[in-house]
Amino acid sequence: MTGAQAANALFVATIVTYAAAMFAYALEYAFDKRASPKRAGVLVASGGEAVDGDERLDERADDAASTAPITPAAARGAGRLGLILTYLGTAALAASIVTRVVYTGRWPWGNMFEYTVGVALAGMVTWLVLVQNRHVPRRLGLFATFAVTMVLGTSVRVYTDAGPLVPALDSYWIIIHVTAAITASGTLLIGCVFAILHLLKRRHDRQVSDGKWVGFPLSVAERLPDATILERVTFKIHVFAFPLLTFGIFAGSVWAHFAWGRYWAWDPKEVWAFIAWVVYAAYLHARVSGRSAKANAPWIAILGYAVMLFNLTAVNLVFSGLHSYAGV
Amino acid sequence: MTTSEPATRESPSGGETAVRRSPRKSPLKATRSFGRRWWHQLTSMRTALLLLLALALAAIPGSTFPQRSISPPDVDAYYADHPSLAPFLDRLWAFDVYTSPWFSAIYLLLMISLIGCIIPRLGVHLKALRAAPPDAPRRMEILPYHRRLDGANETRARAALKQHRFRTVRRESDDGTVTLAAEKGYLRESGNLLFHTSIIFILIGVAAGSLFSWYGNRILSEGEDQAFCNNLQQYDEYGLGAYVSETSLPRFCVQLDDFDAEFSGGGPTDFDADVTYTVDGTEDTYDLRVNHPLNIDGTNVFLIGHGYTAVATYTDRYGNAQTVHQPFLSMDAALNSEGAFKFPDANFNPETGEVDADAEVGFDAVLVPTYDDSTAMLLGSDPELNNPVLALTAYRGDLGMGDGLPESVYSVNADQIASGDLEVLNDEAEVIGVGDSMELDDGSTLTFDGVEQYAVLQVRYDPGGPIVLAGAVILIGALLPTLTVRRRRYWIRWNPDGTVETAGLNRNDYDGLEEECDGITADIAPDYRPPEPRTDSEEPIGSTS
Ligand code: HEM
Repeated sequence: MTGAQAANALFVATIVTYAAAMFAYALEYAFDKRASPKRAGVLVASGGEAVDGDERLDERADDAASTAPITPAAARGAGRLGLILTYLGTAALAASIVTRVVYTGRWPWGNMFEYTVGVALAGMVTWLVLVQNRHVPRRLGLFATFAVTMVLGTSVRVYTDAGPLVPALDSYWIIIHVTAAITASGTLLIGCVFAILHLLKRRHDRQVSDGKWVGFPLSVAERLPDATILERVTFKIHVFAFPLLTFGIFAGSVWAHFAWGRYWAWDPKEVWAFIAWVVYAAYLHARVSGRSAKANAPWIAILGYAVMLFNLTAVNLVFSGLHSYAGV
Repeated sequence: MTTSEPATRESPSGGETAVRRSPRKSPLKATRSFGRRWWHQLTSMRTALLLLLALALAAIPGSTFPQRSISPPDVDAYYADHPSLAPFLDRLWAFDVYTSPWFSAIYLLLMISLIGCIIPRLGVHLKALRAAPPDAPRRMEILPYHRRLDGANETRARAALKQHRFRTVRRESDDGTVTLAAEKGYLRESGNLLFHTSIIFILIGVAAGSLFSWYGNRILSEGEDQAFCNNLQQYDEYGLGAYVSETSLPRFCVQLDDFDAEFSGGGPTDFDADVTYTVDGTEDTYDLRVNHPLNIDGTNVFLIGHGYTAVATYTDRYGNAQTVHQPFLSMDAALNSEGAFKFPDANFNPETGEVDADAEVGFDAVLVPTYDDSTAMLLGSDPELNNPVLALTAYRGDLGMGDGLPESVYSVNADQIASGDLEVLNDEAEVIGVGDSMELDDGSTLTFDGVEQYAVLQVRYDPGGPIVLAGAVILIGALLPTLTVRRRRYWIRWNPDGTVETAGLNRNDYDGLEEECDGITADIAPDYRPPEPRTDSEEPIGSTS
């Protein structure tokens, strides 16, 4: 087996492991009664906001507990397994990247496929750090593994065989630049997941307090942590990621100065990176400037990630510019 | 708008109120208050945000339409493809987005807005830096953190607050109440102001760049006779900032001694150009590489590309030979390149002393670095020079070079061919290797002498660069305290009745206030025990148990 084949085998192993982890997390998410709405009700109340409809929720929680196919303890066991699988999958992903590095004899971010895989790794590491520091409950791994597996699945579509680099990419500034950009993108991916979860929970809570029946898929949000907690986590992730993103753009323009003779050429990639940066700055501002702006902030964060994704995909594939990698 | 603000401040405040109440304002005052309202509007955070988003939106067309500043040929191509739409778009500056009036307007408004928001905040912050931390409210239990203690030693409390790096002030009131008020985290606002100021720096640097910078691109083949000097005539393409005149360019010359490109696996891996440059008669050499520019007194010379120069000799029907070094444009990653050889003054008849009528000769050519004659394909897949060939099509007649129109040096004028002014001499391109010749029907020959390499150099001067760099470094440095430092206050009060109270207040949203304040309280009163954690943490966040 060549190094490239080994790297690909590890890559496939990662996807399979993450898919299994996702299933395990789903069990915990659905059947661990400690995460039942009753607790969530206590949470909200102690957070200072009253929750109506508590009783009705209680009834349903009891219903769910009596008909659940597995016990809460078993669900927690599944969650533990999910976390272990996440670690294993992440180790396999890292090993896959290292194998590619050893095989090609160069640093690992040379084309769009490798970039996307790096984003997935950064996203998962962000998630594990959050869980390990108890900022978020383990069962939310369901959403993190889902998002990261989607990213990995997408990366297959732009798969490129491991090969050498074009000279313009051969500079330590690009290592710094791309590493920062990948880390920021991975972190922001998780940030975007939490922004979405927050919005779901908020909408779910509003439906409940309006006395409306909450149907699928919104009912999934029932077992999410309190909306204010989700909002805080979202903000923390973005506070961490924004300087990284800023630094990544900065390092990119230092590198552009040396490689292309100009630090900022309004190349499509640069334009869209600038737009993403501005949107995230707007998110940080909106978060601190008044109630209504704060309520809209998660939407801005999601918009920011949409721009990041657009920059990663459409700008690479559709626009021509200095950033186009040969053959993807 | 900008001037109305100080003017209003200077006016006596009494007069101001009077004017506000009067039903009819004098035009001057009306303008002032109008100006002031707009000034407040412009410098509000929300406006800044909208301007920022507007700037981002305004940048989008620049990524969808070709830009003159990036690639003029793409703009020409757009004109050719959309002859009716292009002039209309051009009137909207769609091809010069980043220098367009509307882009500049947003940019300027944002700059004014930023300045307008920084200056007042700077004043407030400077005052806050000098002021003592404020006293606690009378009823301390309304604060987010509040504890009652059995007792506390004041000296110990001071030491603890000092150790936690709080700025502390002691206040004693008539009834015997003693309060220590402490505050920390001023760095957040300092960082914040610096961050916003650095954005102004960057805007100024970018503006300076667009006014005072210039650049020129030059394809440079190897050899002393190919050297070029820094003036616009010698560049293939150039751009001057609004305030740069042609005559103010610094004088220096650059010559390419040797150029090496290394390839592996069908792609280039390394470029290396040995250059000699001359400034004020002093010669020096430099090893110019990608990512390793040459700096000549602030002007940078970058290696931004490379390609092949074909060398060919044309021997006309009278036996006169001329040799040309013609750079070819690469068409793909394998450096299959296209170019043209033109000989407008060939076939000079030594007997009559005149050039034969319609005897100009030109060749359209494709240079293939590694030709594989075992396949039917002309184009190769290897950029290295392993079997270079030229595929030639010859033309004779009028090349159309004398009519003053700018024309490509990489192809023979297609209009002349279409109009019949140029006669096509061979329908199928003739492939010749190095040392071989192509013979035309009049006995003249074109000999393929060999291939050299050329480097594409960009010469660029941008005085805004260092300003932008400084601004960016400050921006990143200031961003960290802006986002991570938290401003918070802590009080401890000895009441006349002997009770002691502490309280804490966070001035930024953060959820560690309670733990932090409990830590301080424990340092002040060693027998203080923080209350049991609240029950809502019962949901084991991130529990791995
Ligand atoms: C008139 C213009 C502006 C005003 C009035 C303004 C105001 C503010 C204020 C008051 C804060 C502090 C929020 C807090 O910590 O409580 C802030 C933070 C910030 N501003 Fe601005 N700003 C302006 C323009 C900009 C621009 C153009 C950017 C560029 C991206 C920007 C980026 C930021 C960032 C990243 C933060 C940190 C967010 C945080 O503290 O959580 N601001 N701004």
